[in-house]
Amino acid sequence: MNFIYDPVPWVINWLTQLLLGWGLPINLVNTLLYLVGAVLICLGAMLFTTMLIWAERKIGGRFQDRLGPNRVGPWGIFQSIADMLKIFTKEYINPVGIDKIPFNLAPILAVAAVLAIWAVIPFSETVFGANINVALLFIIAIGGLGEMAIILAGFGSNNKYALLGAFRAVAQLISYEVPMVIVLLIPVMFSGSMGLNEIVQAQKIPFIIYAPVACVIFFICSIAENGRAPFDLIEADSELVAGYNIEYSGLKFGMFFVADFLHAFTSAIVFTTIFLGGWQGPGVEQMPVLGGAYMLIKTLVVYFLMLAIRFTLPRFRIDQMMALNWKILTPLALVTLLVTALVDKSIPHEMTLVRIGALVIVNVLLWLLADRMITAYRKRNPIQVVTGKARPLARPEILPVVEKEAAQ
Amino acid sequence: MTGMQILFLITSAVVLFSSIMSVTAKRMIHSALWFVLALLGVAVVFAMLEASFFAVVQVLVYVGAIAILIIFATMLTRRALEDKGDQFNRATLVTLVIVSIIFAGLVVSLKSWAPLQNLTSPLSAEQLNVGVLGLALTAPDGFTLPFEVTSILLLAALIGAIYVAYERKEKKK
Amino acid sequence: MLNEWLYLGIFLTIALAIPAAALFIAGLLSPKKPNPIKDSTYECGMETVGVSWVQFKVQYYIYGLVFLVFDVETVLLYPWAVAYNKVALYGVLEVILFVAILASGLLYVWRKGALEWV
Repeated sequence: MNFIYDPVPWVINWLTQLLLGWGLPINLVNTLLYLVGAVLICLGAMLFTTMLIWAERKIGGRFQDRLGPNRVGPWGIFQSIADMLKIFTKEYINPVGIDKIPFNLAPILAVAAVLAIWAVIPFSETVFGANINVALLFIIAIGGLGEMAIILAGFGSNNKYALLGAFRAVAQLISYEVPMVIVLLIPVMFSGSMGLNEIVQAQKIPFIIYAPVACVIFFICSIAENGRAPFDLIEADSELVAGYNIEYSGLKFGMFFVADFLHAFTSAIVFTTIFLGGWQGPGVEQMPVLGGAYMLIKTLVVYFLMLAIRFTLPRFRIDQMMALNWKILTPLALVTLLVTALVDKSIPHEMTLVRIGALVIVNVLLWLLADRMITAYRKRNPIQVVTGKARPLARPEILPVVEKEAAQ
Repeated sequence: MTGMQILFLITSAVVLFSSIMSVTAKRMIHSALWFVLALLGVAVVFAMLEASFFAVVQVLVYVGAIAILIIFATMLTRRALEDKGDQFNRATLVTLVIVSIIFAGLVVSLKSWAPLQNLTSPLSAEQLNVGVLGLALTAPDGFTLPFEVTSILLLAALIGAIYVAYERKEKKK
Repeated sequence: MLNEWLYLGIFLTIALAIPAAALFIAGLLSPKKPNPIKDSTYECGMETVGVSWVQFKVQYYIYGLVFLVFDVETVLLYPWAVAYNKVALYGVLEVILFVAILASGLLYVWRKGALEWV
């Protein structure tokens, strides 16, 4: 084992030998190392969030033709660190009538539910956390704790709007969990395991090629689970004041903020692991540390895509969002699952190319069919355009010509 | 006492305490939240038994779905959240006695049950594989019929619940 | 396997402890100057009217219910998906029947109009 080719196991090995040399029992040494690993990953992830917030603000600024943060440090890179230091010194306001324990537990649980996902992610062939055989379901299940945190926040705040926001948020999160859980069956089918390590190892050819429709559904659902635009009804500040976290102040609010930004990046990691082959890439057998680099690059591409969608698309209305989930994504996910299972079973696995070709063709057909059905539905039920009365304008000459004609 | 046993005792204490709190809490939503804690404790017990699949399903289905459904249901009730009524009535004592007798009977009959007398051997890696369960559920000589009947049961639950919950709406039309 | 769960347990504890510690430190650093106006419920900027725990409409419950049924269904399918490479075509057809029965339930809910957000 060489330090340059695979540094993390080398360090772990060295530490184990060192501690064993002090005469500690092997169980205690393992537990200590687990503890150190957990602290490092959790702290690292939380500090990394400051960078994510900076990146998101900067990229968002560029998308919207602004500068973004540009005062503190080069390119404003220390902006989030300054913000973090400031928020640490902000007063906690405890509004009257709050339910103390749920109110204070909610921000902690919100962050923990996101951090817990990092426990099962394989970062490279040799660096992974808990290699449990149900990691995929664990990721979904731990999302349920995030929902619980939202309910606690909404209910503890003694605020009608927070409660309303929390319930709308939970309705959105549980709805989008349905197609997500259904399409996740497809990678499990192909790899024959729910462990993330096995799923990555099975992806010599990434699953995005085997199951593009499932991949797109999963991507949409993970954006919705993050509560990002176009699904940002959780934080629809124009309708719900600011959602479930309205009564929070200081770092308690900051924790929800951290959870939100970290969740976006974490779901990019999960997407990379399940559909883009995680650490797989040329030369990882010789040099496992390369796997970490591949993983990072793929994750950043997915993350950038999520940001691009966030800063480009307008928000859905809640009835449109629910209709998209229950009337399009869920049936499509069910059909995709069944068709994939049937096609994959009827072609022998030795004929890899034929199998991939058939799956791709089937997926394209499914996509076209879904598109056709949506178009037909739209034709039957056209969107009603609701306009108010034409109002007098202060300076009609500044309106573009088209709009002026419409006004007449 | 090994670390495992200590962990088991702590978890059991948490489960028992939160179950009692969930019955006696004054506000309905507090009951629901204590119930969630009890469910999480049961998930930890499953994990300690190396039943990974059931530990995760416990969190996924019970905490992630059933508890949330219960909380949604409490929000449907009128003013139940500020209900400060007494949690005990005259039947409480009688119920307590009956339940204690049944529990004692269970303990006695379980004590003479053979499989409880000796420790079970740890599961092998092969048995831990979730796929074994899947094969058993779908193999022709396995549990095909129960599997399909489950589907019909779920369908009945769905249709029945929607029928009950949604009737009001139809009358309006 | 138990070692993996031990790591997971430690990780979850740490994941809860670090935000809690951060909140605690911030609580020490931050000023504490409460006054009745500051501590009043923000709501939407107005004075609070009535109780905060309002009654909700049945729509949330229906979504919760449909979600629960589909969640349980999918969880039952996961063991099958793990064993997918070993099951015969028969197993796949069986699952198709399983899903079709539940899909008819979705169709019923849809037709009934319970999926509309009103």
